[in-house]
Amino acid sequence: MKLQQLSLFLENRPGRLDAPLETIAAEGINILTLSLADTAQFGILRLIVREWDKAKRVLEQAGWVVNLTEVVAVDVLDRPGGLAAVLKILDGAGLNIEYMYAYSLRRGDKAILIFRFEDPDRAIQILLDQGLHVVDGDELMSFAAA
Amino acid sequence: MLTELWNDAEGGFHPASAPDFLPATALKQVQLRRLRAVVARAYKNVALFRSRMEERGLTPDAIHSLADIQRLPFTVKTDLRDTYPFGLFASPMSDVVRLHASSGTTGKPIVVAYTREDIEVWAEVMARTFAACGLHRGDILQNAFGYGLFTGGLGAHYGGEALGATVIPISGGNTDRQIMLIRDFGVSALCCTPSYFTHMIERARELGVDLHDLPLRVGIFGAEPWTDGMRRHIETEAGIKAYDIYGLSEIIGPGVASECSAQDGLHLFEDHFYPEIIDPETGEALPDGQEGELVLTTLSKKAMPMIRYRTRDITSLITEPCTCGRTLRRMRRIGRRSDDMFIIRGVNVFPSQVEAALLAVEGTLPHYQIILTRDQGLDRMAVEVEVTPEVFSDRIGALENVRTRLALAIEHILGIRVELRLVEPRSIARSEGKAKRVIDRRNDTA
Repeated sequence: MKLQQLSLFLENRPGRLDAPLETIAAEGINILTLSLADTAQFGILRLIVREWDKAKRVLEQAGWVVNLTEVVAVDVLDRPGGLAAVLKILDGAGLNIEYMYAYSLRRGDKAILIFRFEDPDRAIQILLDQGLHVVDGDELMSFAAA
Repeated sequence: MLTELWNDAEGGFHPASAPDFLPATALKQVQLRRLRAVVARAYKNVALFRSRMEERGLTPDAIHSLADIQRLPFTVKTDLRDTYPFGLFASPMSDVVRLHASSGTTGKPIVVAYTREDIEVWAEVMARTFAACGLHRGDILQNAFGYGLFTGGLGAHYGGEALGATVIPISGGNTDRQIMLIRDFGVSALCCTPSYFTHMIERARELGVDLHDLPLRVGIFGAEPWTDGMRRHIETEAGIKAYDIYGLSEIIGPGVASECSAQDGLHLFEDHFYPEIIDPETGEALPDGQEGELVLTTLSKKAMPMIRYRTRDITSLITEPCTCGRTLRRMRRIGRRSDDMFIIRGVNVFPSQVEAALLAVEGTLPHYQIILTRDQGLDRMAVEVEVTPEVFSDRIGALENVRTRLALAIEHILGIRVELRLVEPRSIARSEGKAKRVIDRRNDTA
């Protein structure tokens, strides 16, 4: 149920994002979603890709330091209050969210929320108990292909 | 040759090491005889030395005991520059078979000369160096010291051959090929600068080559100061024993001193290079055990004798017997070279101090660089540290925490504020020779 997310360290300078993205594009690896977190001095690029193990290998061979983290994806209705409802559940269960990001699917009325939890296994259990839909890797791929 | 007779029985010593075990009284006799000869030779052939002796009212006959060396004038690095190129030679060019020179980053290079006999002595002390590091006939030695004007490459080359090892003269650079040959040739020993080897480790990891799986057993590292933390990093990451060796071109090149199996101080080949420790401020000789500047006298050099050469390297002599049985005195590893020191806001800083702080926080030594700038008359020091897999996290907070801890550790040791910047892996230029740790841009903009 968990997804593998790749993180890369970037200096906060113009053009730094190009190199790693070109590296994985050259291998024909498609990015399902990404997010960028930054401070004045550096940033962290987080990627969810189809072939994470291959992407990790080519990035490391190109000299990048790559961190592998398990994240959890949940789909919600893409409408006002969709995210708030999920957050309320997580908050009620006392689950700590390290960070999150979201994206809307090109088709359909769903949005995907990606969560980095301190304890992903416990989070998945709670989300399922509350009747939410946790999206696994294959399903995420099929959404992207749709 | 003796090496022909040697069989690599465990626990035995290589015959090349025989002079390392001279009884102290015999060693002192050899030293005194050679000292008198070299002083006489320099006095006769080197104008600068003769005039300095005359100023003191001394002749070579003044040397009656080893202690009399303290009466002789010092030689300093600027003497080599001032007499550029050949002013300190004690042999006619017809007897000189080799010249080497420093890179000359500050003005004129310094030139050093060797007669055929000097080359033989050099090969001998480098063979003794390799033997002390546990090498023997049958070892395949990859020599990644730079070949050329730098003394490292050829010095190690001749020494390796004299020992009876199989030498691969690959020189520095082309890291992928270095790793390919280590693997394909079954290289058992390698010599280069410690910073270049840490780069090789990093590259091997990227290429998916695990050095632990290969026959590589020993690393012989020198030409720049390095720390015990870096040694632990190298030994763990590559699965080898890492030895520190010492030398300098002005004296002969590599082969002045070497660690042994005990890895506790470097044995000085004092039958050829006589060591003293002095107070760098007053020039007074210090008793054994006290820390000061290393001063060396070449006892057997013909083409270019150096009398009481001030190395600018800070160390101390260890007189207690070594567990390896060698009678040669040891010096502590050179942690700092006076030449590497810089002054910022009135504080003397050695790169090794910054290294110690980085090691304390990260556990291993990351690639780093110190950058000095001047902003409206105020000196600023920035330390750029490459992010390693060990400290990298997908969380901003964790990385900010690393940055703060690194900055505080450095500020705690130096007592001055530094700007700490985390930079991308491999963004700091790698050196194939001596690492450039400090970039001083304070005078770039007036």
